[in-house]
Amino acid sequence: MKINISKIIIFSFVIFCLFVFQKGLKIDNSYDTKSLIGNKISKFQLSEINIHDLYISEEDLKKNKFTLINFFASWCAPCRAEHKYLVKLSSENNEIKIIGINFKDKKDNAINFLKELGNPYNFVGKDLDGKISIVFGVYGIPESIIVNSDLTIIKKIIGPIDQIQYNEILSTIQ
Amino acid sequence: MLSNIGFALVISILILSFIIIYTASLDLKTSSRFITKNIYQLSLFQTTFTALSFFTLIIGFVNSDFSLINVYENSHTTKPFFYKIAGTWGNHEGSLLLWVNILVIFSYLFLIFNHTHDKKFRLYTLIFQNILILGFVFFLLLNSNPFDSIYPIPLEGLGLNPILQDPALAIHPPLLYVGFVGCSIYFSAAMASLLSAYGGRLFAQSIKSWVKVSWCFQTLGILVGSIWAYYELGWGGFWFWDPVENASLLPWFAITALMHSLIVLEKRNTLYYWVIILCLSTFILSVTGTFLVRSGILNSVHTFASDPSRGIYILSFLSIMIFSALIIFFLKHKKENYNFTLKSRETFILANNWFMVFFLVTVLIGMLYPIFLDVLTNVKISVGPPYFNIVIIPLVVPLMFLMAIGPKFGWIKSQKILLYKTLFLILGAVVINLFIYFFFGKYSFLSNIVFIAAIFLILHSLLDFKKFINVKKKFEIPRVISHLGFGLLVFFIGINHQFSLEEDFNLKVGETKKTNNYEINFESIKIKKSKNYKAVIGSFKLTNLKNNLEEYLNPEIRIYSNPETLTYEAAIKTKINSDLYLTMSNISRSDYYNIKFQNKPFMIWIWISALIIVLGGFVQLSLKKNED
Repeated sequence: MKINISKIIIFSFVIFCLFVFQKGLKIDNSYDTKSLIGNKISKFQLSEINIHDLYISEEDLKKNKFTLINFFASWCAPCRAEHKYLVKLSSENNEIKIIGINFKDKKDNAINFLKELGNPYNFVGKDLDGKISIVFGVYGIPESIIVNSDLTIIKKIIGPIDQIQYNEILSTIQ
Repeated sequence: MLSNIGFALVISILILSFIIIYTASLDLKTSSRFITKNIYQLSLFQTTFTALSFFTLIIGFVNSDFSLINVYENSHTTKPFFYKIAGTWGNHEGSLLLWVNILVIFSYLFLIFNHTHDKKFRLYTLIFQNILILGFVFFLLLNSNPFDSIYPIPLEGLGLNPILQDPALAIHPPLLYVGFVGCSIYFSAAMASLLSAYGGRLFAQSIKSWVKVSWCFQTLGILVGSIWAYYELGWGGFWFWDPVENASLLPWFAITALMHSLIVLEKRNTLYYWVIILCLSTFILSVTGTFLVRSGILNSVHTFASDPSRGIYILSFLSIMIFSALIIFFLKHKKENYNFTLKSRETFILANNWFMVFFLVTVLIGMLYPIFLDVLTNVKISVGPPYFNIVIIPLVVPLMFLMAIGPKFGWIKSQKILLYKTLFLILGAVVINLFIYFFFGKYSFLSNIVFIAAIFLILHSLLDFKKFINVKKKFEIPRVISHLGFGLLVFFIGINHQFSLEEDFNLKVGETKKTNNYEINFESIKIKKSKNYKAVIGSFKLTNLKNNLEEYLNPEIRIYSNPETLTYEAAIKTKINSDLYLTMSNISRSDYYNIKFQNKPFMIWIWISALIIVLGGFVQLSLKKNED
C-alpha cells in the first residue's frame, strides 16, 4: 500500500473519531442536578418579560439575603399547582426574593397566567428558547433554586412545590 | 433448564462459525468449481441452531420463566401475550440475539441464492460474514447473554416499559434489524469482492436484491418508528431530529446512494470502487449507530440500561471492522476511468449520490458535534430541528427536480429532452401552488419553492407512470412509484407543517372551550381497569363550527403497575383529510386537566406516501422474481 496524504487524513480522522467515542464512554451521562447544591450559579443576564431593556444579572442577586429562582410556563400544568405556594411565600416572607423565569412560553399566555393566579415574582425574566434555563441546570419545569447572597445554591426543588417543600423552604432560610 | 438449552445452542453457533471459516478456507484451495456440500450443511445447521436459540428465548418470555434474568428484568406475568413475545427483542440482550439470527440467516440465504456466482467470491463472503457472526456471538456470551440464569427464581418479573407496549413498537425493531443487519451481507460481499477480484457487473448483480431488501426494511422500520412517536409520545410530531432517529438515517442515506449507483455498476460496469465504499460504509454506519445508542453516549428511549463495558466491546469491534475495511480497500484499490457525458443518466445518478452524501454528512455532523464538544470541552449543547431544516430543506428542492428529470436521460448519450413538457409541468406546479397559497393560507417563499418542486415531481411521476403502463416498460415502474412517493411525502409534510392548528388550555369536567373552528366539550371522565394498567378516560365532544359535525374523542391517562409509570395516550381521530389529536394530562391537586388539541391536515397521507416509497422497492423485488 502506497502511503499518501489522503490515506493519512482518512486514517487520522477515523482514529480521532474512535478516540472521542472511547472518551465519550467514560463521561457520566446520568444527569443529576441535585449535585449542583453547594455550587455557585453561573453568570447570566435576563431581560424582563414586559420591559425589553430591563435586565437582571447575578450581581443583582447579591443584594438579597435569599433568592428563589423559579422556572415556570403557562403551558405547564404542575406550575399552576405550585403557584399558590409561591404567592404565599412572597406575601408571608420578606427574607426571600422570588425571581420567575418564564420558560419556552408565549408572552401573552405568561402574562395572563400571572393575572389569573397572582404574581409572586419580584422580577419575571423571559427565556423563550430555554437557553438561559440550561445555564441553571434545569431540565424540566417546574423547578426552583434557592441561592444565598454569595450566589451559592443552597436548595433545589425539582417538580412542583407542595406543602412539605414549602415548609422545607421556610426552614432552609431561617 | 431453558438457560442451559439456550446457552448450548449459542455455543454451537459459535463452534459452527469456526468450522465454517476453517472448511471454507480449505475449500478455497481446491480446484473444483463448486463449493463442497459440507459447507451448505454446516451453514444450514448453523441457521437452524440460531433460530432455535431465539425460539427458546421466546418460550422463556411466553412462559414467564423468571429463572432467566433477562425475562425477569423485562417481563411480567400480567403482560398481554403479544407483548410477552415482543418483549423478547425489546431489550438489549434479546435484540442482540435477533441481530445474530439475521446475520446467520442472511449468510445462509446469500450462499444458496447466489449459486451462479464465482466460488471464491462466495466463500470469502461466507468467511467474512462468519467473522462478523463470531464477533457478535462473543459479545453475546461475554457481556450480554440473554440466557443468564438467576437463583433463587423470582416469583414475578419487573415488567416492560409501558411506552414500549405498543403494536408499532413491537414490529419496529425486527424491521429495522432486517434493514440494518441485512447490510452486513454486502459488507462481507464487498470485502470478498476486493479479495477475490470479483468485481464489476457480476458483483452488482450478486448484491442487488440484498440491497433492495434491506433498503425496503430500513425504510419501513423508520416509518413505523415515526408512527409510534406520533401517537405514543403524545406531542403530535412525527420526526424530531433526535440523535437516535439521526443514527437510523445515516445508513439509510448510504444505502439509498448505493441502490442508485448499483444501477450504474450493473449497466455500465463503472463506479465499482464507489459502490464498494458505499457497501462498506452502510454497515459501518449501522454499527456506529448501534454503538452510540447502546453504549449510552446518546440518551433516548432506545438506551437500554447502559453499561460502559458493552460500549468498549462494540467500539473495539467497530474499530477492527473499520480498519480492516480501510486496509483491504486501499490495498486493492486501482484507478478507475470515468467517461460519462454531462447529460447522461450516470451523471444524474451520481448527482443523487452527491445529495445523499451531503445529507449524510449534514446529519452526521449534527449528531457527532455535540458528542465531540462534550467530550473535548465539556460543553453541553444540543443540535435541534432548526439546523437540520435550514441545511436540508433548500437542497430537497433541486433533488426533487433531478428525481423527475434525471431518469429521462438515456444511458451515456441522452436523447433530446422534452423541454416543453418540463416547462409545461413546472407551470402546472406553479398554478397549483398559487391555488393553495391563495385559498388556504400564506406561507414563506422557501415553502412556495418546496411546494412547486414537490408538485412538479408528483405530476411528472404520474405522467411517467401512465406512459410506462401503456408501453409496458415495467422495469421503470418501481422507480416511478418510489419517486412519486417521495414527492407526495414532501408535499404532505409541507401541507401538514403549514396548516396544523394547535391549542393548549385547561378544562374541568362539564366545561366547554371554543377555539377558532372547534368547540370542545369535556363531557365526563371514567376509570377503567385493565389487565396491567388502570386508565382514566376522558370523553370529549368536538363540534366543528363550520359544518356542525360532531366527533367524540377519548384520550387516556394510563397508570401502569409494573413498573409504575404514567403514560398519556392521545386520542386520535384519523380522517382522510386531517387528524384530530387530543391529549389530556392531570394537574395535581386540581380538578382541571391540561388539554392539548391539534388539527393536523393530511396526516395519514404522510404515512401513505412513505409506504408508496417502500412499495416501489417491493414491486422491484417482485419483478425480479417474475423475471427469473
